[in-house]
Amino acid sequence: MQELPKAEHRSVRVTPNGKNRVVIEKDLSSEEMILNMGPQHPSTHGVLRLECKTDGEVVVEAEPYLGYLHRCFEKHAEMVDYPGIVPFVDRMDYLAAMNSEFAYCIAVEKLLDIEIPRRVEFLRVIVSELNRIASHLVAIGTYAIDLGAFTPFLFCFRDREHIMSLLEWASGARMLYNYIWIGGASYDFPKGMQKRIDEFITYFRPKALELQRLLTENEIFVKRTRGIGMMPADVAVNYGWSGPMLRGSGVEWDLRRNDPYSIYPELDFKVCVPDGRHSDIGDSLSRHLVRAYEMEESLSIIEQCLDKMPAAEEGFNPRAAIPKRIRPKAGEVYGRAENPRGELGFYIVSDGKSTKPVRCKARSSCFVNLSAMKEMSMGQLIPDLVAIIGSIDIVLGEVDR
Amino acid sequence: MMLSNYFPIPMSMSLNSWSDALSQWYLFGLPLGLVVIAAIPLVFIALYALTYGVYGERKISAFMQDRLGPMEVGKWGILQTLADILKLLQKEDIVNTNADKFLFVVGPGILFVGSFMAFAVLPFGPAFIGADLNVGLFYAIGIVALEVVGILAAGWGSNNKWALYGAIRSVAQIVSYEIPAAIAILCGAMMAGTLSMQQFSILQQGEYGFLHFFLFQNPIAWLPFIIYFIASLAETNRAPFDIPEAESELVAGYFTEYSGMKFAVIFLAEYGSMFMVSAIISVVFLGGWNSPLPNIGSFALNDWTTGPVWGAAWIILKGFFFIFLQMWLRWTLPRLRVDQLMYVCWKVLTPFAFVAFVLTAVWEIYM
Repeated sequence: MQELPKAEHRSVRVTPNGKNRVVIEKDLSSEEMILNMGPQHPSTHGVLRLECKTDGEVVVEAEPYLGYLHRCFEKHAEMVDYPGIVPFVDRMDYLAAMNSEFAYCIAVEKLLDIEIPRRVEFLRVIVSELNRIASHLVAIGTYAIDLGAFTPFLFCFRDREHIMSLLEWASGARMLYNYIWIGGASYDFPKGMQKRIDEFITYFRPKALELQRLLTENEIFVKRTRGIGMMPADVAVNYGWSGPMLRGSGVEWDLRRNDPYSIYPELDFKVCVPDGRHSDIGDSLSRHLVRAYEMEESLSIIEQCLDKMPAAEEGFNPRAAIPKRIRPKAGEVYGRAENPRGELGFYIVSDGKSTKPVRCKARSSCFVNLSAMKEMSMGQLIPDLVAIIGSIDIVLGEVDR
Repeated sequence: MMLSNYFPIPMSMSLNSWSDALSQWYLFGLPLGLVVIAAIPLVFIALYALTYGVYGERKISAFMQDRLGPMEVGKWGILQTLADILKLLQKEDIVNTNADKFLFVVGPGILFVGSFMAFAVLPFGPAFIGADLNVGLFYAIGIVALEVVGILAAGWGSNNKWALYGAIRSVAQIVSYEIPAAIAILCGAMMAGTLSMQQFSILQQGEYGFLHFFLFQNPIAWLPFIIYFIASLAETNRAPFDIPEAESELVAGYFTEYSGMKFAVIFLAEYGSMFMVSAIISVVFLGGWNSPLPNIGSFALNDWTTGPVWGAAWIILKGFFFIFLQMWLRWTLPRLRVDQLMYVCWKVLTPFAFVAFVLTAVWEIYM
């Protein structure tokens, strides 16, 4: 077969001294274009950078580049003592700080082998489920923005605001709480907190329905997400996916159920997987649906917790079980918890002498979920690429750490 | 308290005679009065586009989203847009080093001119019209196509891949949607038998008000009416067809690299086009400057609400109504994908526009 002549392109470049120079570029393929998406792109959810090879509007290949928000969490963790790491953990997944703290504290408590007061367990579950709703609201809202609908985003943020003020009342901070401590919690709930959470639940149920009518049942929204970014269950498992992403592919895997921690075994909740009636299992819409269902489940978990929570006894101190000085025995531990974005695990090594961990490795859910980006984006259109990134629901703070 | 206590003759009558007198005003042999009459609507539109279009969009979106919108500058933030314009005027005029400077500068200009030139043929009342061309409607449809050149110049001249994507999408979209839009408008032209915008309005005059409007004169007219409304959304790049400037996909589309006053010019051109398509749909299907109120017995509502100022008020009200619809849709719906957009145009709107065309022709011949 005769080889086609390669295209020759002339382009004018301005040299530093201001003169124009004609550059002849030989062997330049005129069919594919490198398109740099991010790190300052509005729909990369922070500072993700994708290098896309595009053929017209079709993405031939998309390669994610990370590290724009790298803050040396793991190195910092080796420099501070165990309780001091908690605020750093907050800053990993800043949209679900409570859940991240919870996972870290579970890991350290496993290493210390200490008993937690029962009321504290309830406090922890309630705040982390509240935070899960807040995180899913951000995920759904920003997904709506990615698909061009602005109003659902603001509706989500309006509702999230109520959760933030609830958590602020409990912990004193709006986003980065430092509330769950190793062996306890920083404060007990203030008086009247239960009533206010109840009020929030009655407020939020109709709002979730409104969001469903506005966004999830919207024909254009379904058209944009159904069948986009398909991920079969086996491939998802091989990539190590977890959380709503994995459940979106139809795998019933939830650490709250499969590797239960805290008081989750006592609670009655459903592990949400799409049933395939409203979406194709494994597509972007399934992941969105899982998040939407999970908010409902979280509400019911919070209600059950409020019912079952033991009342605070006279002089109850949530810090009572906290060891004065945390110096675990030599050993290593892997503790994990179900975050809004999937499995967040901490691998901690202690040498038994120091009050600081020798190694603290975080297994980030977003990072693992994002690793399948290349496979999912192959052959998609640019608008679909945006829809896929949005459905992964990445927080770059956790991806880069 | 009766209004007539203060105005012994009906208000509209006095204004009529006022405008008649003004149109007779010649200075150095020039019909200066007519120029003033024609200029008033244009000045109004510039003001509208500058302040109330943008302000209205921000307020309407705010009320839809449980917000307050601009509240700081002036009472209820009414001067916010002026403050924004002042800010944009002061900004540095940035042109990329590698941009095609000529196209980059000319692009927004063409866009602005293309959008506002169509206002010349919009009738704002029996006397308020810039140029009563006998091919006014044809001119209005044609001049919109000029915007495509501006968009392409802006997108190509920016030397930015996102801008280029936006420009190419935009051209494909506007050129495609012109077909159903033009056919839908042609249905109206068949009902009227003229292309003059002023004639359109005169033909829809009558004592029964809205019953004389073409939308209610013909049982098929609602079909081209809806087709034109949907196509006009796409032509003005409004949601759910705002694909050329899809901010979450293409950063800002063809005006990614624009800032300062050049950006403001593009922005105002968009609001200008919004009003223009709204005015066209009002003229063709909803009677233009005619009052929709019918005469009921001795309540001569139609007569009372007819006149030059009333006419301008009616067409502006009708235009605002369609702009409100456009904003309502924008703040409710997600965005379509490019191929879905083209599907809607070629496989849904265009065939239905042809159906409407044939049915209208049959109706006009046999009824």
